[in-house]
Amino acid sequence: MQYPLTYKQFYEGLKQGKVLGLKCRSCGAYTAPPKMCCAECTGSNLEVVELSGRGEIKTFTVIRVPPEGFTAPYIVAMAELEEGPWLLGNLEGVDADQASLDLIGKKVKVGHKVIPPMRYSAGEGVAVTFSLA
Amino acid sequence: MRKVAVAGVGMTKFGLSEKSQVEMFAEAAMEAITTSNLKPKDIQAVFVGNVLGDFEEGQMNIAPFCAAEIGLDPSVPATRVEGACASASVAIREAFIWVASGFYDIVLVGGTERAMAMGTPLATRTFAMGTDSRYEEFAGITFPGAFAMVAHLYSVKYGIPLAKLKERMALVAVKNHKNGAKNPLAQFQKEITVETVLNSPMIADPLQLFDCCPFSDGAAALVLTTEEIAKKLVAKPVYILGIGQGSNGPLCRQKDVTRIRAREAAARQAYKMAGLTPQDIDVCELHDCFTIAEIVASEGLGFFDFGKGSEAVEKGETQIGGRIPINPSGGLKAKGHPIGATGAAQAYEIVKQLRGECGERQVEGAKIGMTDTLGGDLATIVNIIYGI
Repeated sequence: MQYPLTYKQFYEGLKQGKVLGLKCRSCGAYTAPPKMCCAECTGSNLEVVELSGRGEIKTFTVIRVPPEGFTAPYIVAMAELEEGPWLLGNLEGVDADQASLDLIGKKVKVGHKVIPPMRYSAGEGVAVTFSLA
Repeated sequence: MRKVAVAGVGMTKFGLSEKSQVEMFAEAAMEAITTSNLKPKDIQAVFVGNVLGDFEEGQMNIAPFCAAEIGLDPSVPATRVEGACASASVAIREAFIWVASGFYDIVLVGGTERAMAMGTPLATRTFAMGTDSRYEEFAGITFPGAFAMVAHLYSVKYGIPLAKLKERMALVAVKNHKNGAKNPLAQFQKEITVETVLNSPMIADPLQLFDCCPFSDGAAALVLTTEEIAKKLVAKPVYILGIGQGSNGPLCRQKDVTRIRAREAAARQAYKMAGLTPQDIDVCELHDCFTIAEIVASEGLGFFDFGKGSEAVEKGETQIGGRIPINPSGGLKAKGHPIGATGAAQAYEIVKQLRGECGERQVEGAKIGMTDTLGGDLATIVNIIYGI
């Protein structure tokens, strides 16, 4: 069975300013990031759609001790998109040292940043970013 | 299905080791075999939990080397099992199934890890490989970072002010260090205070250094066999009454990460198989890789209602002598967390507790014990219920 929307296609979408996802023709739920089946009903009758790219922060952290290849501090957050799915990415434009629980519930817009190939990655990466709307 | 028993257990001291992963495993394995009153030639199969040996020592395919090290015959299959920090518990479940099914009668299972050889930057990077490599790893999420997001969500969801929650989280570390101080095999055998935790460096907001378990070296092993054979071998066999394993996808697909569905599923399987409920458990070794992790695990296993786990810590309900003693060994926090070995070390503690061999940290009269091991970003959970 053909993979409906690969990570590379999802990355390409982000680079063009689009958050691509899958809409289930059976239950109507949205799946993003993409996977083989619907995140809600596991059905495989899916169509590729563009999502709004708007959501709100559900939780976050400030990374102070980073993995090799990253420079701290930076904020990692999870946001719920208007269509339902959650994405994990970096909250940008907010001073990491000023980050507080007040961030939870704030409206954000999805963006992206390109991460050059690093040790033990299969080439270039594209990370989701969030900015306060 | 045959009833499966633990005949013997073995464990190295946890903490910085000059020994290799194979050497550590050999020590733990020989202790488990000899205290089972067996010889290495009696072992029919080996399962070895090991996560990052490739990065730690440049050692891939460690299992056959572990088998050869203790003199097992070339006819004995030796298999490495990887389920991130739950590896050894996944391995125990594999060994359990082979013995229960009748395929083998005597199986050696355990784990070994030498995470301290990597240094913090590479260790942080390789531990973060447990996250989704397509959609999460490039954001620089770390393992403490994942549980830091659990803590923030927990505070907001249950309306517990962060300062209050952090104090209660600190009490988890205080308790586990207090227990670890009574465990001669623990990496840290020193008591700490709430201030120790709250004055330690921030790792991933709101988790501070003393909210986090350490990087560790160590190994642990056990011998699984049938009830019939175990009764002939040892005075106090300990039985596996129930076992379960669950799986979750990446963090973003789990959404509300205060509820770890893979744990709830694994625990249900284990309780159902054992015919027991959370109220029947006398002692529990659970996956306190971070202080908040212990709190959510104590809820997911059914010991406390969701949102009430931190209050239970404050009331002392999880101390030795409390309603449900949690991590009498010191847990991952104080005993240490050599990731590939952790599940076997939890089993070691529960077996010793049920045999009444834990000295100052003994939970009096414990007859039923449980282990809970978590791997990756809340992705793999194994729960095992042991009884005498």
